[in-house]
Amino acid sequence: MIRALKVVVYLLCLVPFLLLVWGLVTADLGTNPVERITHTTGDWTLRFLVLTLCITPLRKLTGWNQAIRFRRMLGLFAFFYGCLHLTIYVLSIASLNFSEIANDIAKRLYITVGFTGFVAMIPLAITSTKKWIVRLGGRRWQVLHRLIYVSAVAGVLHYLWLVKADTRFPIRYGVAVGLLLLFRVWTAIRSRQTVTQQVSGG
Amino acid sequence: MLIKKATDIPSSEITSEYVYRNRRHFLQTAAATLTAAGMGALLPASSYASSKYDTDEMLTPETDVTSYNNYYEFGVGKDDPVLNARGFKMRPWTVAVSGMVKKPATYHLDDLLKGITMEDRIYRMRCVERWSMVIPWRGFPLATLIKKLEPLPSAKFIKMQTLYAPDRMPEQRRPILHWPYTEGLRMDEATNELTLLAIGVYGKEGPPQNGAPLRLITPWKYGFKGVKAITKIEFTDKMPLTAWSEEAPHEYGFYANVNPAVDHPRWSQATETRLTGGLFDQLRPIKTRPFNGYTEYVQRMYSGMDLRVNY
Repeated sequence: MIRALKVVVYLLCLVPFLLLVWGLVTADLGTNPVERITHTTGDWTLRFLVLTLCITPLRKLTGWNQAIRFRRMLGLFAFFYGCLHLTIYVLSIASLNFSEIANDIAKRLYITVGFTGFVAMIPLAITSTKKWIVRLGGRRWQVLHRLIYVSAVAGVLHYLWLVKADTRFPIRYGVAVGLLLLFRVWTAIRSRQTVTQQVSGG
Repeated sequence: MLIKKATDIPSSEITSEYVYRNRRHFLQTAAATLTAAGMGALLPASSYASSKYDTDEMLTPETDVTSYNNYYEFGVGKDDPVLNARGFKMRPWTVAVSGMVKKPATYHLDDLLKGITMEDRIYRMRCVERWSMVIPWRGFPLATLIKKLEPLPSAKFIKMQTLYAPDRMPEQRRPILHWPYTEGLRMDEATNELTLLAIGVYGKEGPPQNGAPLRLITPWKYGFKGVKAITKIEFTDKMPLTAWSEEAPHEYGFYANVNPAVDHPRWSQATETRLTGGLFDQLRPIKTRPFNGYTEYVQRMYSGMDLRVNY
């Protein structure tokens, strides 16, 4: 059952990519295809980061623990769209000019922060397998994977700092990421309290 | 002179995109052939006049020019204005002229345009966001109108504003910028031979998403200087506070001259993506030129000025 559902979700996650490929093939990506691809892949990177961050709260609030079986896939799709996003920037906007890319990363804050968010995803993608969980040990693996908080916050700031005037969309992502991080703070505080209560009660 | 209404004959029926792009070559060839055949008198007049200011670069197709627009009053997405400006009424249209001028009044646009000959000019348009187009504008030199209005010698600047009508321009209900959109030029810039007031693109009036019925064109400046749907013109001795400069003064200045040497604080302005051909042309950005390639016409106005400070 979960297996079938995973296939469905996997295919759904590919839809934005397939639509871009279809648009490329049929030359139907609007007047500014580079901009279209850049925006679409950037949007989906953020969306998948948010979806990945939703898994734990979903589990804790609904008790549906099977949700965790989708987390790796969603996280890897965030990385996948992030790779596409970075690639189109390197190919077109910076047109393979690596000194300019280095300059952009050093000088332009929204690129610095966006690049940081991308780099933070690399170790997570590499260590996303079961083997790596075993190799690192569950606890250390979990701590490492908190890097996704860095990626999500960096992604929101990257978006916020690049828009010219209309901040509605980056702020929406900001609110979503903010709430999801607050949930973690809240559960951390609560579990500490329960522990204290158990200790003093015992 | 009468201005042809956009609705008379769609230009697509007159001239194909390809012939339009290559019309001078086409006309030369046709003229040579016909003259040779002794039939020069039969040569039809072109619907598009050419001007000495025209660039011969490949035109951005009309569908792209009219469906990819930065026009926040009709939505912040580039695809929004073509949808949200549909049905926008461009007549009756009035322009209020005020300030240091001999003939301050509110004019009907058609009265204002009476006796003015329309021209077509093919200009490069460089957006501050690093994309550019090549657009045939239909309009007339702003200098012609200024002469008619007779500003006083004390007038140093001209200030122009977009219509403010949240019921017709839906995004004016949200405070994205300080509405109405305000732009301005120094008087010498306003009377420069390149400066146009455009009433349309591709040889006809309209469409509204491109700023019709009346917009400013200053091809050596970034596109945002081109205030659209103008309803107010004021002559003043104070430098107007312009919309983007008010929004982000460290990013957008009053002058906004295209300058590859002065970066936008958040991105380089050294190159641009020309929106003409397909994706593969766009993968190779072209070098942005000082004053967008119009140096010979405009440089003298800025001699002695530090363009890094006056960005």
